[in-house]
Amino acid sequence: MIDRIGRSAVAAVRAAGRFGHFLADLGHAVRDVATWGRLTLVQMRRLGVDSLPVALFISAFTGIVLALQASYTFTGTVPLYVVGAVVGKTMMLELGPVLTGLALAGRVGASVAAELGTMKVTEQVDALETLAYDPLAYLVVPRLLAGTVMVPAVVVLGIVTGIVTGWLTSMSLLDLSTPEFVKGLKFLYQFKDVWFALVKSASFGLTITLVGCRLGLRTRGGAEGVGRSTTQAVVISAMSILVLDAFWAVVLL
Amino acid sequence: MIQFRDLHKGFDGQVVLDGFTLEVKDGETMVIIGLSGSGKSVALKHVVGLLHPDAGDVIVDGRPVSQLDRAGLMALRREIGFVFQFAALFDSMTVAENVALGLRRRGLSEETIAQRVGEALELVDLSGTDDRLPAQLSGGMRKRVGIARAIALQPRYILYDEPTTGLDPVTSAVMNQLMVRTRERLGVTGIVVTHDMRSAYTVGDRIAMLSEGRVRQVGSVAEIQATTDPVVRQFIEGRPE
Repeated sequence: MIDRIGRSAVAAVRAAGRFGHFLADLGHAVRDVATWGRLTLVQMRRLGVDSLPVALFISAFTGIVLALQASYTFTGTVPLYVVGAVVGKTMMLELGPVLTGLALAGRVGASVAAELGTMKVTEQVDALETLAYDPLAYLVVPRLLAGTVMVPAVVVLGIVTGIVTGWLTSMSLLDLSTPEFVKGLKFLYQFKDVWFALVKSASFGLTITLVGCRLGLRTRGGAEGVGRSTTQAVVISAMSILVLDAFWAVVLL
Repeated sequence: MIQFRDLHKGFDGQVVLDGFTLEVKDGETMVIIGLSGSGKSVALKHVVGLLHPDAGDVIVDGRPVSQLDRAGLMALRREIGFVFQFAALFDSMTVAENVALGLRRRGLSEETIAQRVGEALELVDLSGTDDRLPAQLSGGMRKRVGIARAIALQPRYILYDEPTTGLDPVTSAVMNQLMVRTRERLGVTGIVVTHDMRSAYTVGDRIAMLSEGRVRQVGSVAEIQATTDPVVRQFIEGRPE
């Protein structure tokens, strides 16, 4: 038992050490702007713009359901314009960032881990090194930057979409007028809600891409290894998002 | 000159290289032969710093590879072309983009890059394939693109990792011809890792047999062909025992 605990502790310290090295190397790679500069725009499109359909789809239906559930909960107890407050506040503070983050953990995290994992096992990463490129500058930095910048952008559009579908639902199914919905929206709004959502979603974007890159570049063992890295990337990213969600709630609210 | 000096390397407690020592002179093509898993590719990867030795070192033109800092390693890699076993072409790039990638790193003008890419593809008889993706090429063509990518850099050294593995005899012969042509036209120093004896005899100036992590015998093609060492004889004749 003690032996097992000792081995686990040593393994954990080694893993932490390797991750520390990885971060230090990343620090060097960030200076190589000539390499990552032009590649970042490509990754912004791939990780951000291409993720819009799934993110907006989720947000649209979340907005509809939020409006209906709020109406169901509040009818007969509080004025119905509160539906606007619930839709706006919940989309901004929680469901917009978290649901989008979880969806992107699947889409982006899996795609990054699978792509880099395949490159690793087919020696493409080694090939980059022999061509005098730093793989972290070429592969990792553009993805981290793209994730950190584009996930908040996607989340903002998701929040707007959710609020719009919530508003449309309120008008068409709940007999709530636009002024009443907007009144509710303004009722509990604080500017802090917006930057809270932005900070949170930026941390999600950084985490999703960091986990995907790290696990992808550590892939071993052919197709099976790529599958393992991809699955781990999705699971760890999703769990990290939930932990970060709680962390930011404690720190910023 | 490339010198492997008492190189030791193991993975997960298993010793792969156990005092590997070998000298590759300027202008020659050294072929390293040995059984699968004997550590030939591992030794090769130490030359460009893809692997770090447990002990010993590889010295390239007086520079100990494992001691080089980041900038020194990058500078070294600019002098070496590496041809990977399965070509390691970038899937999302065309043939021309693959060949041009290393040249872009060197900050050359687009005009020079286009010229070098054209010349390299011509040397490997792949002119006109510029816009194809790796997935649209045969295994032999992919390996030739890998060679083009290496020679486009006009390196001082070219390292070939199993260049004929998995190819049919005719395509293997084409690859051998190509390696000889590359050495004759560009005058580069080469190391070829292979277990294909026909290839070893065709392209090598000298051959080194790697066995149990160290050099069992090194000599000219004629010397290896006439060897009386039972282990080397068994390998070059392909006898099971």
